Amino acid sequence: MASAQRPLSPHLQVYKPQITSVMSIAHRATGVALSAGAVALVLWLLALASGPDAFEMAQAIAGSWFGYLCLFVWSFCLFYHLANGIRHLAWDMGYGFEIPQVYASGWVTVGAAVGLTILAWIVGLMGLGGR
Amino acid sequence: MAMRTAIARVRGLGSAKTGTEHWWMQRVTAVAMIPLTLWFVASMVSLAGANFETAYLWVASPAASVPMILLLLAGLWHGKLGLQVVVEDYIHAEGVKVAILMLLSLATVALGVAGVFAVCKISFGE
Repeated sequence: MASAQRPLSPHLQVYKPQITSVMSIAHRATGVALSAGAVALVLWLLALASGPDAFEMAQAIAGSWFGYLCLFVWSFCLFYHLANGIRHLAWDMGYGFEIPQVYASGWVTVGAAVGLTILAWIVGLMGLGGR
Repeated sequence: MAMRTAIARVRGLGSAKTGTEHWWMQRVTAVAMIPLTLWFVASMVSLAGANFETAYLWVASPAASVPMILLLLAGLWHGKLGLQVVVEDYIHAEGVKVAILMLLSLATVALGVAGVFAVCKISFGE
């Protein structure tokens, strides 16, 4: 078959963004971001195993403004991917397929991700003062 | 039409050769990651700003090293399965796709071994 360079379906750019499509894309995007986070976790563990000097360097990177930005984004990605992943598992079992349910579970997921991220950072930053 | 052999029909794996294995393991690792993620976040929050000794002794304790190894294995496996689909969806040049998928497999194993080794070194060194 001739493989002409025809545009591939679906043409995402012609659709109005909807919570269903945006959350699906975000699930994949957060998953990709978390893979980078997994690399960072392994590096952190290797630094800890290497000794105090390497660990201090790792903590300095994590404690910089860029480190905090990465950690904040990763924490949101983690909570979002976790909550939306549970939503997906419910779909896999056949629950929640009616459109109003899909929208409701979508907003619950976004709310849970935002709420848990804020909660984790409040508790984490409060703990910083205690050490 | 009975073009397929009896054994092929029984196995039910189709032309992709692996049937639902990829989809199923993505779900299995996803379920494993639910408690592990909650444990990990709670641990990292409580470790915020920890010095070397605190972090070291925490990872060294079996109550942390075992879930950490499980998190690394389930998380990296889950991530590998997800990234594989991303590559298969967006990379259409066959040679490049195969090369990236191979790199992904190798990187997953390398990261897993490195992470588990680090945890074991800390835990056994204690």
